[in-house]
Amino acid sequence: MSFSWARVRAIMVKELTDYRRNRFVMVFTMTILPLIFIVAPTIQLLTAPAVIASSKLDARIGISLLYMLLIPALVPSTVAAYSVVGEREQGTLEPILITPVRREEFLVGKALAVLVPTLVVAYAIFGIFLAVVALFAHPGIRSAIFAGSHIPVQVLFTPLLAGWSIWVGIAISARSSDVRVAQQLSVFANIPPIAIVALMSFNVIKPSTAIALALAAALLALDALGWRAVAAMFDRERLITGTRT
Amino acid sequence: MDATPARAAEKRSVPAAGSLTAPSGEHALTVDRLSKRFGERVAFQDVSFDVGYGEVFGFLGPNGAGKTTTVRTLGTLISPSSGTATVAGIPLSAANGPQIRSRISIMPETPGLYQRLTVAENLRCFAGLYELDDDAERIERALRAVNLQDRAGDPCGSLSKGLRQRVALARALLNDPAILFLDEPTAGLDPVATHDVHELIVALRERGVTIFLTTHRLDEAERLCHRVAILSRTLRLIGTPDQLRAQLFNQALEVRVLAPLSNPGSTFTGLPAVDGWEASGAGGYRLTVSDPQTAAPAVARALVSAGADILSLSESRHSLEDVYLELINEDVEAQQR
Repeated sequence: MSFSWARVRAIMVKELTDYRRNRFVMVFTMTILPLIFIVAPTIQLLTAPAVIASSKLDARIGISLLYMLLIPALVPSTVAAYSVVGEREQGTLEPILITPVRREEFLVGKALAVLVPTLVVAYAIFGIFLAVVALFAHPGIRSAIFAGSHIPVQVLFTPLLAGWSIWVGIAISARSSDVRVAQQLSVFANIPPIAIVALMSFNVIKPSTAIALALAAALLALDALGWRAVAAMFDRERLITGTRT
Repeated sequence: MDATPARAAEKRSVPAAGSLTAPSGEHALTVDRLSKRFGERVAFQDVSFDVGYGEVFGFLGPNGAGKTTTVRTLGTLISPSSGTATVAGIPLSAANGPQIRSRISIMPETPGLYQRLTVAENLRCFAGLYELDDDAERIERALRAVNLQDRAGDPCGSLSKGLRQRVALARALLNDPAILFLDEPTAGLDPVATHDVHELIVALRERGVTIFLTTHRLDEAERLCHRVAILSRTLRLIGTPDQLRAQLFNQALEVRVLAPLSNPGSTFTGLPAVDGWEASGAGGYRLTVSDPQTAAPAVARALVSAGADILSLSESRHSLEDVYLELINEDVEAQQR
C-alpha cells in the first residue's frame, strides 16, 4: 500500500473541522494572538518621526517585521504540539492508528491542517500591517518598507518558519506524555530560528540576499526532511502502550 | 436459541457480509506460540489458537491477563516478541500492517470519538482513512446497523456513553472487516446499553461476521460466543463453554427427594452411567455420571422403586463462571505456592 493523499485529506479535513469548532483555537490562537503581534509594530512605525536617522529607521522596521515573523513561528507551535499527545489524552489516537493510515500520512495530514490556517492568518495580518503602513505611516517609512526586500522576505520566511515550527511541535508532541509540557517545549524550540531572524532584523548579522537565501534554503531543507525525521520518531507501540519497543 | 437474535435481526439491518465471510474450513485467525513481553514483564506468552470465519470467539481473562495486548498485537499496533500469526489470511508483520489493518476492525474499550465532530463527521473521517469509494452509503448502512441513523448530525460530545459505544461499533463496521475485534464492548455500560450492544453482536453473528470478543463478563461470553478461550498470561483453556465445563468438572445429576433415602448406596450403586454419589443436604444427593441422558431415567426408576417421593431430578450444570473461577483460583494458588 503506497502513500495515500486521500488518507492525508481525511486527517486534514477532520482536523480543520475540529479547529473550527474549538473556540480556544479560533478565538485565542488564530485571532487574538496574531492581532497582539500587529499592535507593537504598528505603533513602532506610526510613532516614528518624519525625519529619522537611517540606522534608527532600520531598527524600527527590523523590530516591526520581527513581530510579523513571530506569527508563523508561534501560532502553529501550540496547535502542532497538541496534535499527537492531545489525541492520545482524549483517547482518539488508538482508533486512528487501527486504520490502514501510515504514520507519514497521519503526520502530513496533521502538519497541513496546521500550516493552512497559519498561512492564512499570518499573511492576513501582514496584509493588514502593510495597509496600515501604506495609509498612515510617513512617506519615508512607507517607501522603506515597500521599496526594500522586506515584503519578499516576509512572504518567503512565513511558510518556512511555520514549517519548522510545525514539525518541531509535532515531534515534541509524538514524544511527550503531557499536552502542557509539549506546548511549552515547542515554544522554546522556536527560539533558534527566531534568534537568527532577529539578529538579521537588527543588523547584527548583515542581511544580504545570499544570507537570506542560505537561511531560507536551510529552513526549506529542514521542513522537507521534517516529516521523515518526525515519522522516524513516531512509535506506534510507545504511543499506544506508553512503553518503548 | 432465545428470541433475541431473531428480534434483533428484524429490527436492525446489518451490513452485507461482503468480505466478512470466507469459504468454510479456512481460518480467519491463526495464532501460533505468540508472546509479548515489555522488558521483563510478560504480557502473554505461548498463545496458540485458531478462529474460523463466521465464528464468534470469546477471549476471557482477568484484568491484566493480556487480552487487550493480544488484540493490539494481532491488530499490528504493537509487535510480538515471538511467535507467528496470520490475520485475515495475511502473515502478521510490521510490513503487512497497513494491509492487515485495512481488512480488520478493532473497537477499543473506550470509543475514542471526536467530541466536537458529529457522528457522521466522525464516520466520514474513518471512511476516508479506509479509502472507501461509497462512503456515504457505507456510513448510512453502518448507522442503520446500530440504529443511529437519526443521530447522524449530533455532536458526539452530546451522546450518552451507550450511544457513543454504538457509534464506535458503527465505525468498526465501516470497512466490512474480515475480523471484528471487540475489546470489552460493554465495559462501563448500564444494563440497557449492554443489552443493546449484545443485540447488535447477536445480529452480526447471525450474518456470519467473524468476531473476536474480549471480555471478563462471563454471561456475555456464554451467551454470545461459539467458543471461548481463557487467558491468564498463558492460554489456559479453549473450547465451547460445554467443552470447558466437561474438561474441568465431572458431569453430575442433582436429586432431591421428600424424605432421605433409608439406603441410598443400594439405590444408586450399579445404575447405568452412574459412577458415584454423595449426600447433599437433607433429602439431596449428587450423583457423578458419565452420561446424564442414560443415567437420569435409570435414577428416576430406582428412586420410584425405593418408594421415594421425587421433588427434583436435574443435570448439574456448572456455569462458565465456575469454570473461570476454578482456573483463576488455580493460578492464584500456584502463585502463592
